[in-house]
Amino acid sequence: MKAYLGIDVGSVSINIVVLNEAGEVITGLYLRTKGRPIEVIQEGLKQTAESIPPDVKIAGVGSTGSGRYLAGIMVGADVIKNEITAHAVAASMVIPDVQTVFEIGGQDSKIIIMRHGIVTDFAMNTVCAAGTGSFLDQQASRLNIPISQFGELALKSTSQVRIAGRCTVFAESDMIHKQQMGHQIPDIINGLCEALVRNYLNNVGKGKEILPPIAFQGGVAANVGIKAAFEKALGFPIIIPKYFNVMGAIGAAQIACEEVSRKGETSFKGFQITNLPYRTGSFECDGCSNVCEVVEIFEGEKVIGRWGSRCSKWDITGENK
Amino acid sequence: MQKLTFPRMGESWRTFKMLLEDLGNEVVVPPRPSKRTLDLGVRYSPEFACFPLKILTGTYLEAIEMGADTIVTSGGIGPCRAGEYAMLHHKILADLGHNIKMVVFEPPRFYPFNFIKNVYILNRARHSIRGIIALIKKAWRKLQALDNAEKLSHVIRPRELITGTTTRVYRKGLEWIDQAYTNEQIIDAETAALEALRNVPQNPEAEVLRVGIVGEIYVLLEPASNLEIEETLGNLGVEVERSMFLTGWTRDNTWTETTEGMTVKAAAEPYLPELVGGHGRDSIGNTILCAKRGFDGMIQLAPFTCIPEIVARTILPKVSRDYDIPVLTFFLDEQTGKAGMTTRLEAFVDLMRRKKHFRQGNGLLTG
Repeated sequence: MKAYLGIDVGSVSINIVVLNEAGEVITGLYLRTKGRPIEVIQEGLKQTAESIPPDVKIAGVGSTGSGRYLAGIMVGADVIKNEITAHAVAASMVIPDVQTVFEIGGQDSKIIIMRHGIVTDFAMNTVCAAGTGSFLDQQASRLNIPISQFGELALKSTSQVRIAGRCTVFAESDMIHKQQMGHQIPDIINGLCEALVRNYLNNVGKGKEILPPIAFQGGVAANVGIKAAFEKALGFPIIIPKYFNVMGAIGAAQIACEEVSRKGETSFKGFQITNLPYRTGSFECDGCSNVCEVVEIFEGEKVIGRWGSRCSKWDITGENK
Repeated sequence: MQKLTFPRMGESWRTFKMLLEDLGNEVVVPPRPSKRTLDLGVRYSPEFACFPLKILTGTYLEAIEMGADTIVTSGGIGPCRAGEYAMLHHKILADLGHNIKMVVFEPPRFYPFNFIKNVYILNRARHSIRGIIALIKKAWRKLQALDNAEKLSHVIRPRELITGTTTRVYRKGLEWIDQAYTNEQIIDAETAALEALRNVPQNPEAEVLRVGIVGEIYVLLEPASNLEIEETLGNLGVEVERSMFLTGWTRDNTWTETTEGMTVKAAAEPYLPELVGGHGRDSIGNTILCAKRGFDGMIQLAPFTCIPEIVARTILPKVSRDYDIPVLTFFLDEQTGKAGMTTRLEAFVDLMRRKKHFRQGNGLLTG
C-alpha cells in the first residue's frame, strides 16, 4: 500500500502524519520540539515507522513549518512548502467548500481566505505573538491549571471581565490586576480568551472578509474557550477538524502526493535516517558588510544543507525553482 | 576641500559620485547598509521614526567615520515627515559632536533659488552654467543606464536556468557602467550590460508570474532595507516590476509632471483624491494600473510607522477586491526577519500560481 509522509516542524511542536492514497490519516504524531528539532524529527520518524503496517510503502514526503528546510533536507522531501499553503490544502481536504481558515499555533497565527478551493488572501501576525499558544501555555502554568482544562474553565464563566489583549505584557498585568480585585478565575480566563480573539480579528483578520464555513486549526484549537469566543464574536459556527493539531503535516503530505504523481518517484531517503548522525554548525561569512550567519547541516561528515545568508551564495536548500 | 556624502539608495550612488566629482568635490561613497549601520541608526534615532531615518542616521555616521564633512540630501514639501529629516539628522549629528554641513535640495519646481544656491556650493570646479548642464545630463544618462540594467535583471532572473547567473552578470554590468565616464562610454557600457543580461541562459517555458511592487521610495530603492525582496522573488520565478525608479521620481519632481505620474493620480482618484504625503497615492494608483495590465499580484513595501503607506494599506483591500488582484503588504523595520518574509512570499507565489491555474481551468491543488 502506498502512503505519503508529511512533516510539520514548528516552533513548539513537530507533527508527523502518514496519509493513505485516499488522503485518510493512517497515523498522526504530535511531539514537542523542545528546542531540538533534529532529535525530535528522528524520534518521531522512528515512532512513525513502528506504528505503520509493514506493507505500507512511503511514496512521497513533504515538509512544512518554520523548520521545513531542515526537515526537508534530512528526509529527502519531494516538496518543501510554506505553512500557509499546507494549511489551506489540508483544510479544503476536510471541508471542501471552506472559505476561511484560522490557524493559531505556538508562535504565530494566520488567517487564510479561500474561495472555490483556492487561496485568495492570507495574513500572519506581524509584530506581536500575543494570543498564540506559547502565551496561553505560560498563563495556564502561572495559574497552575493544566492547559488541557484551560478552555473548559472559560466556559464556566458567569460574568464579563474585560482583559487588555493588545500585548502579552499588558494582558498579563491586566489579568493579575483583575485577580487581585477579586474576580473569579473562570471569568478572567474567559476574558482572556475574548481578548485574544479580539486581538486576532483586529490584527491578523483586519480587512479580511470572513465567511463560513470557518475551519479552526493549530494547537490552540484544542481550547474550547477560544472557539466559543470566536463563535460569539463572529456569529458563525466554527468547525474544528478531527486532526486539527497536525493539519500542516496533512497538507504537506497531500502536496507531496501531488508532486510525486507529477515527477514520478520519491526522493525519500527511507526510515533508516533515524539512525544517521546529524549535526549542525555555523560560521560568519565575511564576503560583504552583511556578515551573515550561515548554518550548515551535516549528515555524517557530508554537508547536506546550508542556509542563512542574505544572498544565495552559500545556499543548499534542496528546493528547485 | 569639503568631503561630500549622500544617502545611499540602491545603485544610484555610482551616478552621484561621478556628478559630485565632476563638479570638483571629494566624495565619500556611503557604505552599503549593514547590521552595523542599523545598530548605529537605531541607537541614535527616535524609536518611532521610520526605518529610512534610522538607516540614514547609521549611514551618515559611517560616512563621517570615513571622513565626510558635508551631506548632500533631499528635502520635501509634502505632508510626509521625511521632508524634515535633513534638519533632524543635522541636529542628531550635532548632538553627537559632529559639525556637519547639510546641502538640502528642495523640489526645484517650487524652490528654484535653493537649487541654484546649492549648485553654486557644490560647483568647486567653477564650471560654466552650460558645463554644469552638460554634467547633469551625463549623470542623468548614467542613472538611466543603471535603472535600465536593473529593470532588465528583473525580467531575466525568473527565467534563468541556473540560479544566481543573472545576479552575477548584473553585478558585472554595473561595474562596466560605473567605469564609464563619457556619454559615449556610458551608452556603450549600457548596451554591453543589457546584451550580457539577455545572453543569460534562460528557460523559455518557465511559467513566470508578474508582480508589481509599490510603496515608500527608500525601502523600494535600497535592497538592503527590503531584505533583497526583488532578488528573492526572482528566484521564486516572479518577474518584478517596481513602480518607482529614481529616474521616474526625479522627473516627477523637477520641472514637469510626467504623463505617467498623471495617470497614477487619475487612477487613484476614486479611492484617494488627496495627497497624503510620501507615496501613499502612488501605491494605490499603481496597484490599479498594474491590475489593468493583467499583473498576477502586488506587493506593498512600507517602513513601520509610515503614515502615507498606512493610509494606502487601509484602502488597498478595497482596490484588491474591486480589481481582483491579490495584494501583500510588508512593514519593514530593523526587527524584520528574512524567514518570516520568505514564508509569506512563498505562500503569496503559491496563491498567485493557483489562481492563474484556476483561471486557465486547470484544477491542480498546488502550483
